[in-house]
Amino acid sequence: MGKLFAVVLVIIALASAYPIATRMYVMPEDISTHGHAIDDQLSDTMKEAGFSFLGAQLVLAFFVFKFAQRKEGAKLTHLPGGAKLVVTVAFIIVGAEVFALGVLGQKAWANVYFTAPRPDALQIQAQAGQFAFYFRYAGVDGKFGAIHPDKIDEGNQNFFGLDPANDIESRDDIVSGELAIPVNREVHLLMHAKDVGHSFYVRELRIQQDFVPGLDLSVHFTATKIGRYEIVCTQLCGLGHYNMKAYLNVMAQDDFEKWMKQKASEL
Amino acid sequence: MRTKHLFLAGVAILAAVATTSAVPGGGTVSGKVTYEGTPAKQKPIDMSKEPSCAKQYATPPTTETVVTGPNNALENVVVYISAGAPDEAAPSQAAVFTQKGCRYLPHVLVFQVNQELKVLNEDQTSHNIHPLAKINREWNKSQPPGTPPIVDKYDKMEFIPVKCNVHPWMHGTFAVLKNSHYAISGEDGGFKLPNLPAGKYTVTAYHESYGEQTQEVTLTGSETKNVNFVFKAKPY
Amino acid sequence: MEETSAQQAHVHAPPEGFLRKYVFSLDHKVIGKQYYALGLLAVCMGMVLSWLMRFHLVWPTTRIPGLELLSKAGAPGGIITPEYYLSLLTMHGTLMVFFVLTNAPFAAFGNYFLPIQIGAEDMAFPRFNMMSFWTTLVAFLVLILAFVIPDGPPISGWTSYAPLSAVGKDAGPGMGWGMNLWGISIAIFCIGSLLGALNFIATTLDLRAKGMTLMRMPICTWAWFITSCIALLAFAVLLPACILLILDRTAGTSFFIPSGLVISDRLQPHSGGSPLLWQHLFWFFGHPEVYIAILPSMGIVSHILINSMRKPLLSARVIIYSMMSIGFLSWMVWGHHMFVSGMNPFSSLLFSFPTLTITIPATIMTLIWLGSLYGANIRINSASLFALGFISMFVSGGVSGFFLAQPSIDIVLHATYFVVGHFHMVMGVASIFGVFAGTYFWFGKMTGRMMNETLGQLHFWLTFIGTYCIFMPFHYLGLVGNIRRYSAFVNDFTGPLMPLHKFITIAALGTGAAQLIFIFNLIYSRYKGAPAPQNPWEGTTLEWSIPSPPPWNNFGGKHPVIYHDPYQYNVKGSKGDYIMQDSPEPSAD
Repeated sequence: MGKLFAVVLVIIALASAYPIATRMYVMPEDISTHGHAIDDQLSDTMKEAGFSFLGAQLVLAFFVFKFAQRKEGAKLTHLPGGAKLVVTVAFIIVGAEVFALGVLGQKAWANVYFTAPRPDALQIQAQAGQFAFYFRYAGVDGKFGAIHPDKIDEGNQNFFGLDPANDIESRDDIVSGELAIPVNREVHLLMHAKDVGHSFYVRELRIQQDFVPGLDLSVHFTATKIGRYEIVCTQLCGLGHYNMKAYLNVMAQDDFEKWMKQKASEL
Repeated sequence: MRTKHLFLAGVAILAAVATTSAVPGGGTVSGKVTYEGTPAKQKPIDMSKEPSCAKQYATPPTTETVVTGPNNALENVVVYISAGAPDEAAPSQAAVFTQKGCRYLPHVLVFQVNQELKVLNEDQTSHNIHPLAKINREWNKSQPPGTPPIVDKYDKMEFIPVKCNVHPWMHGTFAVLKNSHYAISGEDGGFKLPNLPAGKYTVTAYHESYGEQTQEVTLTGSETKNVNFVFKAKPY
Repeated sequence: MEETSAQQAHVHAPPEGFLRKYVFSLDHKVIGKQYYALGLLAVCMGMVLSWLMRFHLVWPTTRIPGLELLSKAGAPGGIITPEYYLSLLTMHGTLMVFFVLTNAPFAAFGNYFLPIQIGAEDMAFPRFNMMSFWTTLVAFLVLILAFVIPDGPPISGWTSYAPLSAVGKDAGPGMGWGMNLWGISIAIFCIGSLLGALNFIATTLDLRAKGMTLMRMPICTWAWFITSCIALLAFAVLLPACILLILDRTAGTSFFIPSGLVISDRLQPHSGGSPLLWQHLFWFFGHPEVYIAILPSMGIVSHILINSMRKPLLSARVIIYSMMSIGFLSWMVWGHHMFVSGMNPFSSLLFSFPTLTITIPATIMTLIWLGSLYGANIRINSASLFALGFISMFVSGGVSGFFLAQPSIDIVLHATYFVVGHFHMVMGVASIFGVFAGTYFWFGKMTGRMMNETLGQLHFWLTFIGTYCIFMPFHYLGLVGNIRRYSAFVNDFTGPLMPLHKFITIAALGTGAAQLIFIFNLIYSRYKGAPAPQNPWEGTTLEWSIPSPPPWNNFGGKHPVIYHDPYQYNVKGSKGDYIMQDSPEPSAD
């Protein structure tokens, strides 16, 4: 039975690793300027984790194969080097790994969060509410109108609670259900939660950031490839969570300008 | 779309007439609902989050919070007898509220206290129906595509805003009334409350954005009394 | 001398009458079994809930017959609505984490065996002990009540993030009284756990038999002791957090709710609170809770492994110190649940580093277990198979921690099935494997009858292969970006993933069904099993020095004296290759 355990374990370990090794399940191609660092970090970690996983499972299988159900009275021995060796090995190997991943690997995180957006980045406000995203562009005056939660009127398409009657800055604000952005231009996304916690996740952009009510956060990114991508909510927000999505529409600069004009004409 | 909407309202009215205290050949209150001023521009609805709905429209549909017709006519106003008529038992026919193309049909659904309400989902996506009742019991239920209709009733009079949280642009109104003397103003703003026995009545007009107005009217026989309502519209 | 008087001080009379013996019992052994039964009930419920969820995910329009009887609103026509899916998910998580993973390895086995293994007649505070269990049972009943109230169970997940959980019924179905019941239940559960933890600590420190120094305690006793220290601190944080949540919901306070929130068109009458405060409080409890679930199983597995290998570990001390450092580090890592939740990005680094550092003691433990297998003569039986399976699961679930400990990778993997796969394997399955191992190992001692070995091994193979089939693919889904907590997969990219989801569901249904073998074995062996000898596994620790099942006062009024380290295997003793802890025979140490 010990031998069976070893064989089953080897099969499980190899079968588990196979889809990873053959890259059957991977993220879609990265379309951001920062994402490659995350991808590299992920693949480095995958190598180290894969090595640890296979190593430990195969050693476990081998030891059980060799040392299970030996004949009665077989001489028992100890691992040469004993606990000292084991502890030293763990400290050196894992310590190096921790150092490599934890310290050197922080660059990928720093790329996203420790850099300020460029001053000429396109500012867009994203609002998450049960269960839709809306995006607001400042319009020709370059200013966002103030938000008044009591003025929110969704039946009237006033998702942000703007007050155009009294607030001129808000009259030219463009509100859209899809996030249209120009390609190769940095976008500074100002994040606002209308009701409960939500999250903004675009796999291709390698960006995920929660919306926290009462806390106006922001992320910035540059998309490098024209196309339509899904924005999904990843923070449990209620019954419609699974259907809370929007599209990211990365356009050529010309098309983006046309889109903005079209939206402005609808105001 | 519009025809279906009127048809449904018509069905509801006919159903109501069949079972009520209405007196054939009684008096009639009729008139027109109009607005003055500039109503808010109805904006195109951005359905991009729900492609299965968006693709049903060649041009995006617009919001329906203020629906107007020619000559300042104001549609979707519920005109009803709020005092003077006795409470009536609910008709047996169900009032039907349909979700189609991520919109509510009809936008304003009038039915009576204790009348069966049936909510249908004809879309390929899941909706949730959240009538924001304050006087009646509030509920909030999802309706995935292909699931049976949600059936409910309300036991108190109330104008209840209805919303879908999954598609925030979807807004409608349930008007739960105590008797069958009601009408919804049509494309020309006109309405007609026929078959009223002689008596003194309060006629109320309710609009989801502009609120309520009332007028008193006294009917002595089979005459038709003209009652008009004018709502003040604001651009924002 | 002092020890003797302390023991005599709390000795209570033998229980009389059915109620005192089996229901309101002060006996730690009965209470341990009660905890075990509660855990078993909760795990069955939790598993059925997971079946319903898995079924719904892959066959969303197929009726589930009879489900309408459970909830007419939640499953009209037998089809689960999105909100009911979230209710099932919330209840599954809550039942499993609190009432299974905290109860079974820690409260159940700990209660039964900790006093015996240190040579005590009972817990330090038997009445508190009884109260712990009954409080926990009340917590369980309050939680289950959520299934039958018209509002339905809450939908905010076992983490109950504010403000979703704090604002009341506007947030969605189940967020009215259902959510209140959740908060009340968990608060009560905290009280029960605090009492239990206090009792464990006092018992370990005060009631050890003569000669039972701390370092002579078996590894599982150490694990329960360390766990109770963690639990004492962790539940002391969750309790006030739950009270604040309940106040926000019912008394109009705003601890977790900021101003200006508009939920379902209603401006919420709150201002000044912080949703992140809930996350900090919750995870300050929540991460140590993971170790509350896994440490006892580590201890149980070490204990069983040593017995099966017939030789001591390379170093028991290293295992104990590793468990202590894991317990210590567990307080510094809670922020790794919040990398993308709007916490200051610099603090992410601060949390990432200790998280990665936890890998060091965890790896040391794994290598000690592996290294100790070298040169052993491993007895293979249901208990040792599950113990070996634990090591495999712990490794598989542990390596995915490398990814999630790094904030940069967490950007893409956070809230995906990768996370679900990770914690199910390391905290769920591994911990449950410890419970299975413990059950097969100690059942004879607890009931006086042995479990059926053939059924046990069949159960092991189906469970071992089955759980890998369920949880390994979760990682693959996560690597593609499949989001967790979705009641349906409507995203464009999830279509091609459905075959894998189907595979998981079928594996889950099959593995779940295999657990019936275990339940049958429990019931069958309880009445028809072979009589258990006093020391069926040729063990060395004190539980094997007394009859199976033990008398009400454990040692029959005698006070054992301890002469040895707990694991005197591979030495020549009068009984074979081992010397009991309380045997005065000389040994190598």
